[in-house]
Amino acid sequence: MAFFSIPNTRIAGISTCVPKNVVANKDYKWISAKERELLIRKIGVVEKRIVTKGMTASDLCFESGKKLIEELKWNKEDIELIIFVSQSRDYLLPATACILQDKLGLPKTCLAIDVNLGCSGFVYGMSIIANYIAHCGIKKALMLIGDVTPLASYRDKTSYPLFGDAGAATAFEYDEKAAPMHFNLQSDGSGFKAIIIPDGGMRNYPTKKSFEYKSYGKGIIRNKLQIALDGYAVFNFSLREVAPNVRALLEKFDVPIDSIDFFLFHQANLLINESVRKKMKLDPEKVPYSLNRFGNTSSASIPTTIVSELRKKVSTEKLKMILCGFGVGLSWGSVYVQTDNICCPEIIEL
Amino acid sequence: MGIEEFILKIESEFEDLKPGKMKPESHFREIFDWNSVNALTMIALVDCEYDVMLVAEDFQKSKTVLDLYKIIETKSKE
Repeated sequence: MAFFSIPNTRIAGISTCVPKNVVANKDYKWISAKERELLIRKIGVVEKRIVTKGMTASDLCFESGKKLIEELKWNKEDIELIIFVSQSRDYLLPATACILQDKLGLPKTCLAIDVNLGCSGFVYGMSIIANYIAHCGIKKALMLIGDVTPLASYRDKTSYPLFGDAGAATAFEYDEKAAPMHFNLQSDGSGFKAIIIPDGGMRNYPTKKSFEYKSYGKGIIRNKLQIALDGYAVFNFSLREVAPNVRALLEKFDVPIDSIDFFLFHQANLLINESVRKKMKLDPEKVPYSLNRFGNTSSASIPTTIVSELRKKVSTEKLKMILCGFGVGLSWGSVYVQTDNICCPEIIEL
Repeated sequence: MGIEEFILKIESEFEDLKPGKMKPESHFREIFDWNSVNALTMIALVDCEYDVMLVAEDFQKSKTVLDLYKIIETKSKE
């Protein structure tokens, strides 16, 4: 397992932006009322936010980043690294991070990278940024992270009711006094088909056929440019891998499980997350959810949950947290992090 | 672990299921609305209660509650 520790990096702030457009699953007419009620109860998504036409993940991230820089009163010239973690980038090329570097008015001395990860992206993104800060002399950095749902077919009951849109920004800075972050990152590409958009990349370049809608079972109609979820595979993977990954992290770095204030899991769906929580015998009070209001916001689900559920606490207290992302790739990982009075503005609506 | 205990756990998990209606020989796809959400709920229940991971193929090759129970029993010994 990829265990490692990174010193001298602190989270300075977190902000999240969601679209104003609220979509309630009770209005999801593609399936029957009975099925809808069961689905809402089991996946835990009452409503979510969905972008309007033309709005992208980078637009949400831009608003989050702009707000955070203002609130932190950071001098833009001091920001030397920006990474954009997303699987719904603006263009196939160039990298969206470069576009955001310019749009946010960051200097040309700023290094910009796209990271193509989804649900595990927040934890992986943290590891990349913290490494640059700890080992490359970078003092201030921004992680912009988020995804949007035009990737899901409305006529696919396995994906559409689940996903919501959000874009978050997290600010990191060099701090000699910061407690080390401990990581445990893993991947398993043998499960790459579990969550996939089959066409549109270089392996299956888009053709007319890519746009043709096909039925994959009752209530599941999509084309090959839309997300395909193998519910069983994702579920089995999550139950098999998530709890052992977190347990191994705690054991490796001698962190008592009772010392953790909050466990922030990627908001996959209520059934998965509650199963993981019960397996780990965690107190519900320590495992916040934003699923009910925002859905599964993919890579942005951890920062969105922090801002929506823990804003006051993270702004005023020192906290010990486990952040754990898992999903598409398959890719998963967890990080132990101590936060100290971080800047956390209220959720922005765009 | 016994089949009766397994049935009690299923009855407590699935609110729509009337207590006493499910028997070992019951076809689980017929006794309540069997769909992917209920299948995932069953996987979660079995994982939590028996530390056994059911996969899609286990459902495909099972008809009755007893069939499922036997798979759980076999897997729990592995």
